Order: sequence, then structure tokens, then C-alpha cells
Amino acid sequence: MADTDKITVKNLNFHYGKFHALKNINLSIPDKQVTAFIGPSGCGKSTLLRTFNRMYQLYPKQVAQGEIILDGQNVLDPKQDLNLLRAKVGMVFQKPTPFPMSIYDNIVFGLKLYENLNKSDLNDRVEWALKKAALWNEVKDKLDQSGTSLSGGQQQRLCIARGVAVKPEVLLLDEPCSALDPISTARIEELIHELRSDYTIVIVTHNMQQAARVSDYTAYMYLGELIEFGDTDLMFTKPTRRETEDYITGKFG
Amino acid sequence: MSALDNTLYLRRRIINTVNLGISMVAVVFALFFLSWILWTLFSNGFSHLGASVFTQMTPPPGSKGGLANAIVGSLYMVIAATLVGTPVGILAGTYLAEFGRGTWLAPATRFINDILLSAPSIVIGLFVYELVVHRVGHFSGWAGALALSLIVLPVVVRTTENMLQLVPNTLREAAAALGAPQWKIVIMVTYRAARAGMLTGILLAVARISGETAPLLFTALNNQFWSNDLNGPMASLAVIIFQFAMSPYEDWHHLAWAGALLITLFVLGLNILARSLFHQGEKQ
Repeated sequence: MADTDKITVKNLNFHYGKFHALKNINLSIPDKQVTAFIGPSGCGKSTLLRTFNRMYQLYPKQVAQGEIILDGQNVLDPKQDLNLLRAKVGMVFQKPTPFPMSIYDNIVFGLKLYENLNKSDLNDRVEWALKKAALWNEVKDKLDQSGTSLSGGQQQRLCIARGVAVKPEVLLLDEPCSALDPISTARIEELIHELRSDYTIVIVTHNMQQAARVSDYTAYMYLGELIEFGDTDLMFTKPTRRETEDYITGKFG
Repeated sequence: MSALDNTLYLRRRIINTVNLGISMVAVVFALFFLSWILWTLFSNGFSHLGASVFTQMTPPPGSKGGLANAIVGSLYMVIAATLVGTPVGILAGTYLAEFGRGTWLAPATRFINDILLSAPSIVIGLFVYELVVHRVGHFSGWAGALALSLIVLPVVVRTTENMLQLVPNTLREAAAALGAPQWKIVIMVTYRAARAGMLTGILLAVARISGETAPLLFTALNNQFWSNDLNGPMASLAVIIFQFAMSPYEDWHHLAWAGALLITLFVLGLNILARSLFHQGEKQ
């Protein structure tokens, strides 16, 4: 396993109202590696991801119990400051979500929340983030145009740039490529490869080939339970559990 | 092909044709009266809509005059009512859509707002009469503006809430995921996304109050002369039309038609503006 763990999940249970969505999850996510969550639709992989930055808390009827330790602190502790947590744990969603403002302002929005940067530092950081997200060359001449005027793939890379710009420690990707064409998908996968040296990345995907391509570790989930977690290469060649093997080989069902 | 039952298909075609016919007749019926109203307004009002309408005061019976004091009075009161009703309405609508989720206060507020939305405007006029005019002892432009603002308020609350609810939750989540506090998400992201729709709602509310007569009858009353003083009785187009149209004098009738045409053109303009704004917002 990896040298250190960034996130440790202990006995995590999650409820949507009466529905028990996550059942006693225990899991350690290694630092500066890519971890993928795979499993059929409705198995709880996105739900698990959304507990790491407590995104579920926007909705009154969603409740998580247990512990999620991030750098020694329990994320689920009610005393945990939500906004500070989310500044540290960035997230990119399934559908591209550019804000209705210029490309430049899309990135500056997050920066201005926690950093006091002057104009030239802001410009530098915008350029840095857009380069990281492999979007700079396409938009450098139209930073003042609306973020919503970009194509779907570009919008998603803008969202990644926005997430990277605030320099979080963890980046959560919730099926970031499911709305994109193969070329944009390949771009984003390349990007994940590049980003993993600096960030701890957790990606939810329903595309097994993608999990195999981009991740170092993989977790297979089914019906709210964590069935198997381990090294991606091992998992895809020699899964220890029968259920995992059935899912990976397509015999599932 | 032989398995297809053509009588079923034929029946559907006939029902379709009949329904299409009925809805066409309904459209023609509605448009007929609308264009009749517009034609009557134009034919009676247009010839009397000269420069004097905008420059001269409302005349005593039998002499020439204009509607200048009524136009200005209407503008004052509509602007004051909008300035009072809009911010309160936007804040309340924001509470309902963004902050009140899961509380008992939000549905209660929404229910009361719906009642206010459908309250007859004459009731609102009487309420303000009792509340302000009766206590202060005289009619005033402020009382008129207050009555109008009570009509603006529920419209703005409703449209603001509806427009904010159209903003996808994923956008709020994306902003929250960056660590933005809720008030910042609302101001920087959801307001921007809903801007065109919210503005449309405000314009429609303004259009609605610019023709209101009943709430002004009991509050601002009327004034034969030019007045910049919102603290005293004030003329308004709607009330002047009411007074002049009911009178037996030919000159007053002409001015009433001109005033009616003016209000209609103003409301028409606001509606066109609101529509084009909304379309622009959707295109973005």
C-alpha cells in the first residue's frame, strides 16, 4: 500500500431519509495517488464521494454517521468549518457547471474567497490553472468571454481549472467524463495523470476501462457496500472477491 | 401492413383535426377582442395625443388642457412603489428559494404571498386608506405609492422565487464545492444565472401597477394641478381617466382616451422589453 493515507473512512453509514445508502464503509485513501470508485448505478459511489466534502449537507434529509479522518481531523464533526473543508477538498461534477460569468471570473471566483492576491498574481494564477487544465491555449485570447460559451469538453476543463486554482489538497471527480466525447475524455484523463503528483485524487466512474487507465487504487462497491479495495492492477487481473470478478468481466447480473 | 388497423389511425387523425380546429377558433376569438380593444384605443386616442397632452395641466371642464400633472404623478408613484416593493420582494423571494428550505416559515410565507397576489386591489387601497390616510388625515402620493408597492411585492416575490428555482442545483453545488459561503453563492452565482428572469418579473410588476386605479382612488386621490409633493394628493393617469371618462364633457373624454392610449403603449413597451430581456438571458 501507499506510504501515507490522506483520508480514512471508519464505519461510515449514510441515509437519504429512510434509505440506507452506505453500509458500514471502511476505507483508506492514499495520499497523492488516484483512487477510483467503480460499481453499478446506485451502488453509492457518488454518495461516498460527496461525504468527503460534506456536499450532502446542502440537503436537509441526508445524514452521514461514522468518521472520515482527513489529516487527523474528523470531517463529519459538526464543529468542522464547512467552507474551510471545501476550500481544501475540491470537486468536479458530472455535468460541466461553469458559472454565468467570464472565463477569467470563473477562476477568480474561488481564488478571491481565501486569498488576498493583487491583480498580477491573480492573472498569473489564472494562467497557471488554465495551463494545468490544458485549456490555456484555447482560451487565452478570450478570457473575458462567458464561460458558458465554451464547448462541453472545454467547460469541464474550465471547471477542473477552477478547482485546481485554489490549490486544494484533495480533488474529487464525480464522473467527470460521462458527458464528454472520447477526445475530451482522453484530454481529461491525461490531465488526471499530470495532477496526481500534486493532489490526492478520488474519481467516481462507471467506465471500468477508465478506472483501469487512470487510477492507482480501485474500490468496487455494490448496493451500498464496499466489496473490495486494492491496487488497481491487481484488482483488474486477480480480484479476490467473486463479485468483483463478475462485475469486471461483465458476468455481473 | 395488413396487420395495421387503419380505422384506429383514422380516428386519431379526425380527433386531431377537430381539436386543432377548436383551438384555432379560440385563438381567433381572443385575438379578435384584443385587436378590437387596441383599434378602439388608437382610433379614439391617437388624434388627441398631441404635444399639449405632455405640456399642459388637466383642464377644468370646457377648456383645453393636457395630462402633464397626471403623467408625472403616475411616474412618481410607480417609481416610488417599485423602489419600495422590489428590494423587499427580491429578498423575500431569495429567502423562499435559497434559505427557507426545510423550514415551516417558507411554506407559510409562500401561502400568504399567494393570497396577497390574488387580493383585489381595491382591498389593498382600503387597507392603506385605513392605515395611512385615515390616521394622517389627508390623501397623499406616499399613500398611493405604498398601496402600489403592496401590489408589486407579491409579484416580485413570486417571480424571484420561481426564477431562482430554475437555477440548477449543480451550479450551487459547484460554488459550494469551492468553499463559498451561501450568501456569496446567492449573490455571485444564482442571482447572475437568474438575472434576466428576475428583471422580467420586476418589469411585469411595474406594468401591472401602472394601470391600477382602485388603490389610488382611496390613497392619492387626485389633483388638478402640478404637484411635486408626494405628501399631498397627487394626480395619476389611471384616476384621471376614471374621472374624465365618467364626466359629461367632450374635452375630458378626448383626454381620457389619450391617457388610456398612453398607459397601453407604456405597458406594451414594458412587456416587449421584458420579453426581449428574457430571451437574451436564455440565449446566454
